[in-house]
Amino acid sequence: MRIAWLLGAFCFGVYAEEPGAARQQELTNMLKHDCGSCHGLPPKGGLGPSLMPDALADKSDALLFDAIRNGRSGTAMPAWQPFLNDAEIRWMVTRLRQR
Amino acid sequence: MKLLASALLSALAVAGSACADLRATGDLGVVIEREAGTIQIVNTTKPAMLSRIEGLGDLSHASVVFSRDQRYAYVFGRDGGLSKIDLLQDKIDKRIVQAGNSIGGAISQDGKVIAVSNYTPGGVKLFDAETLEQLAEIPAVYGDDNKLSKVVGLVDAPGQRFVCSLFEANEIWLIDAKNPRQPGVKKFKEVGKQPYDALLSPDGRYYAAGLFGEKGLALLDLWQPEQGVQQILDDYGKDDEQLPVYKMPHLEGWTMVGDWLFVPAVGRHEVLVVDKHDWTLVKRIPLAGQPVFVSARPDGRQVWVNFAFPDNQTVQVIDVKDLNTVKTLQPGKAVLHMEFSPRGEAVWLAVRDDDRIAVYDTETFAETSRLPAQKPSGIFFTDRANRIGW
Ligand code: HEC
Repeated sequence: MRIAWLLGAFCFGVYAEEPGAARQQELTNMLKHDCGSCHGLPPKGGLGPSLMPDALADKSDALLFDAIRNGRSGTAMPAWQPFLNDAEIRWMVTRLRQR
Repeated sequence: MKLLASALLSALAVAGSACADLRATGDLGVVIEREAGTIQIVNTTKPAMLSRIEGLGDLSHASVVFSRDQRYAYVFGRDGGLSKIDLLQDKIDKRIVQAGNSIGGAISQDGKVIAVSNYTPGGVKLFDAETLEQLAEIPAVYGDDNKLSKVVGLVDAPGQRFVCSLFEANEIWLIDAKNPRQPGVKKFKEVGKQPYDALLSPDGRYYAAGLFGEKGLALLDLWQPEQGVQQILDDYGKDDEQLPVYKMPHLEGWTMVGDWLFVPAVGRHEVLVVDKHDWTLVKRIPLAGQPVFVSARPDGRQVWVNFAFPDNQTVQVIDVKDLNTVKTLQPGKAVLHMEFSPRGEAVWLAVRDDDRIAVYDTETFAETSRLPAQKPSGIFFTDRANRIGW
């Protein structure tokens, strides 16, 4: 189990490809629930701001990527980089824009 | 013929009422299913699900209070929905959408007024508990440019009062709702940075708001509010490394046991034990993750703790006798909430990602039953109806 996880992290880290189907499902669950605890479900806002497509329309991918990866210090938004690789964060940004 | 028909009908009616399953409210509870926006009405003794109610909107962050006859549950939804559920008839009695984004609510000492705390528009609204008619609106305005703050940590307090905290404004407001159409508000300013939630001591005397933007808690003595808000624990662990917080901790009424207050340390893997005589730190209990709920069993002997992502598969139990962890449980994926039976022999856990409720025996720590539930997030039993500050 742990080996599989490490292997997974390794592969993603190196190739930074789009996450596989199973991982996409985990990420979707994470968006709904773990991000949703602050941003709402759907993410219309809560302690954190709305992440609905219209709210993000005039924000760049780079800005959103940076917010998720590194968090925003001095606010309640934590850095997710320990749990998400860059490809996964990019996938999440795309997902948020599609809703 | 007509006579016969009506005789038959009334005979049926009598038979019907005699067969109807009588249901006593003291045994009931509500389970929130956050993704579907539904609730279950459950029997806490059997334990069993009795019914599921739909159409409650966005319950991604929902909480519940009960009327004092325990017949009705008031469900506060994230989308500003306020629903009054009839627990005897398994139906929505009344429902309104009172704001754009809401966080929680409380019921007054006399059971006649419902207060809701809102994120957008930031403020508190008061409603008639029977009709849900709006009685008053209290916008959470602060600063020179009259901005609105998110309101958190709303509780009821003795004297027909409510207390709440303003996240961005760094204020605590004491609301007098004796005349609920014209509530009085006393504001305490600069109480500490970003109060995120609060609790009331079981005797209704102390209101303690946890601070997110700095260390410690803001404390208000409701027996002598004229003394103002005092900051406590503001210098513990000053030099510790601050970890990012993946879920905001919650504070709830029963984390005060005898002389001690148990509170989650924000961003740290520990619970703080505070002596309520002088509000000094007695102990920092190291734990498996960042605590979210820190809940005392009703008799106060144990404190159960669940954790934020990524440690939310674990629950730990602290023995209050020695202030040590005595048990570490792995009830399933993503344990979001814990609720004790009225006298504490059992505890119900909401295991979100396994789609079930797990019931544990608090003496043996054995799992005694499982109930299916869709992405359960909160569990609320009717005995809350008679507690101050829940
Ligand atoms: C503990 C609460 C919390 C959690 C959990 C959380 N966020 Fe946030 N998030 C915030 C807050 C607060 C802000 C606003 C920060 C600021 O003021 O700049 C924010 C900001 C953001 C932004 C920037 C939005 C903008 O308009 O600039 C994005 C994107 C975002 N979060 C995505 C996520 C994702 C994706 C997750 C889950 C992987 C997540 N957040 C989990 C609290 C949270």
